[in-house]
Amino acid sequence: MHEKTLAELSQALQSKALSSVELTQHYLKRIEQLDGNLNSYITVTAESALEQAAAADARIAAGNATALTGIPLAHKDLFCTQGQRTSCGSKMLDNFISPYESTVTQRFLDAGAVSLGKTNLDEFAMGSSTESSFYGPTRNPWDTDRVPGGSSGGSAAAVAGRLCVAATGTDTGGSIRQPAGFTALTGLKPTYGRVSRWGMVAYASSLDQGGPMARTAEDCALMLQVMAGFDAKDSTSVDQPVPDYSAGLNDSLKGLRIGLPKEYFAAGLDAATSDAISAAVKQFQALGAEIKEISLPNAELAIPAYYVIAPAEASSNLSRFDGVRFGYRCDNPADLTDLYKRSRAEGFGAEVKRRIMVGTYALSAGYYDAYYLKAQKIRRLIKNDFMAAYEQVDVILCPTSPTPAFRIGEKIDDPVSLYLTDIYTITANLAGVPGVALPAGFANGLPLGMQLLGPYFSEARLLNIAHQYQQVTDWHQRAPAGY
Amino acid sequence: MQWEIVIGLEIHAQLTTASKIFSGSATTFGAEPNTQASLIDLGMPGTLPVLNAQAVRNAVKFGLAIDAEIGMTNVFARKNYFYPDLPKGYQTSQMDHPIVGKGHLDITLDDGTVKRVGVTRAHLEEDAGKSLHEDFHGMSGIDLNRAGTPLLEIVSEPDMRSAKEAVAYAKTIHSLVRYLGICDGNMAEGSLRCDCNVSIRPKGQAEFGTRCEIKNVNSFRFIEKAINTEVQRQIELIEDGGKVVQETRLYDPNKDETRSMRSKEEANDYRYFPCPDLLPVVLEPSFIEEVRGELPELPQQKRERFESQFGLSTYDASVLSASRELADYFEQVQQTCGDAKLAANWVMGELSSLLNKEGLDIEQSPVSATQLGGMILRIKDNTISGKIAKMVFEALAAGEGDSADAIIDAKGLKQVTDSGAIEAMLDEVLAANAAQVEQYRASDEAKRGKMFGFFVGQAMKASKGKANPQQVNELLRKKLEG
Repeated sequence: MHEKTLAELSQALQSKALSSVELTQHYLKRIEQLDGNLNSYITVTAESALEQAAAADARIAAGNATALTGIPLAHKDLFCTQGQRTSCGSKMLDNFISPYESTVTQRFLDAGAVSLGKTNLDEFAMGSSTESSFYGPTRNPWDTDRVPGGSSGGSAAAVAGRLCVAATGTDTGGSIRQPAGFTALTGLKPTYGRVSRWGMVAYASSLDQGGPMARTAEDCALMLQVMAGFDAKDSTSVDQPVPDYSAGLNDSLKGLRIGLPKEYFAAGLDAATSDAISAAVKQFQALGAEIKEISLPNAELAIPAYYVIAPAEASSNLSRFDGVRFGYRCDNPADLTDLYKRSRAEGFGAEVKRRIMVGTYALSAGYYDAYYLKAQKIRRLIKNDFMAAYEQVDVILCPTSPTPAFRIGEKIDDPVSLYLTDIYTITANLAGVPGVALPAGFANGLPLGMQLLGPYFSEARLLNIAHQYQQVTDWHQRAPAGY
Repeated sequence: MQWEIVIGLEIHAQLTTASKIFSGSATTFGAEPNTQASLIDLGMPGTLPVLNAQAVRNAVKFGLAIDAEIGMTNVFARKNYFYPDLPKGYQTSQMDHPIVGKGHLDITLDDGTVKRVGVTRAHLEEDAGKSLHEDFHGMSGIDLNRAGTPLLEIVSEPDMRSAKEAVAYAKTIHSLVRYLGICDGNMAEGSLRCDCNVSIRPKGQAEFGTRCEIKNVNSFRFIEKAINTEVQRQIELIEDGGKVVQETRLYDPNKDETRSMRSKEEANDYRYFPCPDLLPVVLEPSFIEEVRGELPELPQQKRERFESQFGLSTYDASVLSASRELADYFEQVQQTCGDAKLAANWVMGELSSLLNKEGLDIEQSPVSATQLGGMILRIKDNTISGKIAKMVFEALAAGEGDSADAIIDAKGLKQVTDSGAIEAMLDEVLAANAAQVEQYRASDEAKRGKMFGFFVGQAMKASKGKANPQQVNELLRKKLEG
C-alpha cells in the first residue's frame, strides 16, 4: 500500500478499502525495517500514531473525515509537538519535551492525520545535507552513500523511502525544494506568511516558511490545504483567504508564460540537470506554455546577502538556548558565564556555532551598515527583480540545485561549497515568493530537480502547472530500489 | 571653579495594560513567582510575539500630551544581551524608529518659574524578569512574572541644571502619565523607574563633560540625593586632578553614595536589528485623531482653567492640579458648594493637613468631596461659622455623621441668627459684666476698640460659639454705644 499516493490512500480510507490502523501499522513496520539505514526519523511515535489511527478510523466511520484523516505523516523535528521531544536535530534540545503544539501540527491533528514521528534535519535547519544533525546524517534512499539534501532531509528521505505518505518541511534557503530535488519529490515553499510559524523553531525568522513534501503536486495541494491560513499568533502571518488548492489542478497551461532566468543557466550548472530542464521546457511547450528568457540581474548577490541575513537573525534567535530554562545545561557550572559558555559550546554543533559567529559579527557595532544593512538592500533589489520578471511572465522555471545529490562527507569540511548548493533556491526566500520543486529526470540513477517560482500567493497556479507536468511525465512515479 | 550640572533622565513607565506587551499574560503586581509567565514570556522555542494594541495607544497618548512627533511607522528592534532574567537573550525594544519622537514638557520650579524640558524620544519595550538571590542556597531564582510587561522609556534632553530641576521634571512626568491613565505611577512597585545621566562642566563651557548614568533610582527623594551625591563625587574627582569615566553607577541610599556598576568598555554591544517577528507598526492619521480625542485635560490646561474659571492664584491652581485625583476632588467640592475660593481654602488647608497627618492619599480621604462641599454650603448660608465648621469637619473625618447637616443637627451646632435671642443673651452678658461696661463707656475710641473684643469673646462663649458673629458684632456695638 506504500506505493500509493496520498490522494489514492485518502480514497482508499474513505471507501473503507483500508483502515488507518492497518496503514499506520504498515508504515511503522517499514520504518522499523528500513530506517536503520536511512536514519530519516529522530523520534518514532508508534503508540500515539496508532491511537490517532484508531481515532481516524472512527471519524471516517462517523462520516466526518477530511482528505487527510487517517493519513500517516511525519513532521520535521523543528515543529513543536506537545508532550514529545522536539530536538531540532541538536544536542541542545535533545532533552526538550515541547509543552505546546505548533499551529501546523495542530492543524494536521485537527484534520485527523496520523503522525508517525519527527524527522531528521540539519541542526536547527542550518545546512543543505542533513549531515549536521546531532542524530547523525540521513541517507538518500536513491543512493545511501549520498545525502538527501537539507535541511529537511529527514522528511525527504522518509517520503522518498516510503516511510510515510507525506511530510512537513521548512524552507529558509531551499530546505524543502533542494531535498525534494535530491529525492524525486514534489515540495512546496509557500509565500512568506502563508503558513503559520507559531511553534516552528526559528532559524531565520524573516525567511523561514513551512511547507509540504510529498510524491506529487496533487498530494502537496492536499497537504497545503491543511497547513495554509492566517494565524493570529504569528504577526507575520497574512490574513488572506485560502483558495482550494486542488480545484484548479487540471486547468490548462495554454498561454502560460514561463520565464527562464538566463543567470541560472550559466556556468556551474550540471549538464544533466540543464538537459533535463530543456526537456521539461519542451513538455511545457507541448502543454501550451510560452517560454521566454528573462533576467534576474541581482541573483548572484543572493548567496552573500542570505549568508548575512540568515546568520544575523539566527544569532539572535538562538540566544534563548542559554542553559537557564530548557534544553542542554553543562555539568557543574562554576558561575553564570561558565554556564552560558559551556552550555552553548557543548550543546551546539559546529555549523550552528559558525552561523552564530557570522551573524554576531554582521550585527556588531561598526559592521552593521556594511553587512546587515547592505544585505537588506540587496534583498530589496532581488525582490524588485522578481516583481519585474512577473510583469513579463507568469512563473519562472529553474533548477533546484547545481548538481544532483552529492556524497555524504563530500562537502562537510567546505562550508562555502555547501552554501553554494543553495544558489538557485535562496532568491525565493529573500523575495518571499512561493516555489514548487518537482522531479525533472534522472542521471546515473540520481534524481534531478527543477522548480517553478511564482508571484505572491500563486501556490494554486504553481501546483496546477506541476500537476499538469506530472500528467505527461512519470519521474515522480519512480521509487528508489528496495523501497 | 564654578561648575554647571547637566542632567538628563531616562524614565521607564510601566504601562497599565491588562496583558503584557507581546503575550496574553496578566501584568498584576505581586503574584506568586512565574504564575504570570506564558510560553512566550518564557521564551519557549518556536513562540512568537503579538503586539498589544493598548500599549501602542498608551504610547501615542503620551506623545500627543508632550506635543511630540508620532512615529507613524515605528519599528521594534532586538537588543541582544545575555542575562538570566532575559528569557529570549534579547529585549524587544525600539531603536531607530521609536513610536514617540521629539517633544517637550513644561516644569514649574519651586520659585514658580516655568522651564521647558525637551523630550528626545519615548519608545515601547518589554520589561525583563527578576533575579531573586535570597533563599536559594548559593543559587539564584528567576521570576518571569514581570518579563514582557510593557514599558514606555521616556528619554529627556540633557536640559536639567540641578537635582531639584530633575525632580521637578520627574514629578511632572509622574503626574502626566497618571493624568493620562497610562501608568499607575507606583514607584515603590517599580511602575516608574528612573535612570539619571549626570555630568558637570565649568560654567560657560559649551561642550558637555563626561557623563555617568545612575541606574534605577526609585523615588523622588533618591533622585535628588543620588544626583547631588554624584555631582559632588565628580567635582571632587576633577578638582583632585582626576577624570570622570563614562560608566553606569548604582546609588546606595543607605550609604548615600554611588558606585561603579560597569564601565563603557564593559558595556554590551547590543547588536540592535529590526525584530523580524514583528512587522513595522504603521499608524493611520485617523487613529492618531481618535487617540487625541481621548486625551483628558492635562495638568497645565487644568491649572490655567482653574486660574481663569475660578480666579484662583497661580500657586493655588498649580497645587490643586498637581494630581488628577486632587483636581477632581477640588472640582467636586466646588460644584457642590459653588464657591471655588472657599473650596480651595478647605482642600488645601484643613483637608490637606488631615491627609498629611494620617498619611493618606486624596482617594483615601475620610471626608468625601460631597461632604466637604455640603459643609461649605452651611458656612455660606450662615448655618455655621467658620470656627464651628472646623468642629464639623473633624466630626466628619471621625465618621460621626454622614453629612455636615446631620452632624450640625445631632450636636446642635446650628448658628443662632434670631436677633431677639441674641439680644437677650447679650443683655445677660452685659449685666454680668457691668463694671466693664462702665469702663468701656468712659474710654476713648482707641481703648474701646480693644475692649470690644472682650465683649465679643464673652458673648460667643455664652452662646457656645453658635451665635452668628456678625450679628453679635452689630448688636453688641449698638447696645454698648446706646
